[in-house]
Amino acid sequence: MSKLSPAQKDELMDEFKQQFAIANAQELLEKMTEKCFSKCVTKPGVSLDSSENKCISMCVDRFMESFNIISRSYSSRIQRESNKV
Amino acid sequence: MSSNDDLSTQILDKDLQEFILAERQKAQFQAQVHRLNSICWDKCVTDKPSSKLDSRTEACLSNCVDRFIDTSLAITQRFANIIQKQASQSFH
Repeated sequence: MSKLSPAQKDELMDEFKQQFAIANAQELLEKMTEKCFSKCVTKPGVSLDSSENKCISMCVDRFMESFNIISRSYSSRIQRESNKV
Repeated sequence: MSSNDDLSTQILDKDLQEFILAERQKAQFQAQVHRLNSICWDKCVTDKPSSKLDSRTEACLSNCVDRFIDTSLAITQRFANIIQKQASQSFH
């Protein structure tokens, strides 16, 4: 195996980042589906009715909002903890 | 130089090593955010989703992260005490 060229290295890193972003999105999607299904579809009928659909789309937006709040607080906690040391 | 050194310097040069380390840290952070979001969503978002999270829910979510970490630290401390006590008891 020969040494990777700078271009090959960049390609490898981009590929890595892309895979990471995909995995992250998948995790988010999976959790979101789980949480919003249990919140919005309390009694499954023959199809999703309009109020369930409305609930689902709002739930998705709120879940993203929540994710961002959690991400911010966790990051600032890490910052505070590392300043202590 | 052994063939082993050869291989590791070829595949993992310094840039790549640093890159992988940084990416791994990002992945760990991200995984923990997913976990915390799942826990805190269940705890704080109790109403049907509306057009905006109210300020009380926002505060709850943000407090939830800090209190979860505090809990984890407190339990670790408590657990360490128990283990220590048991270890010193088995000595006597």
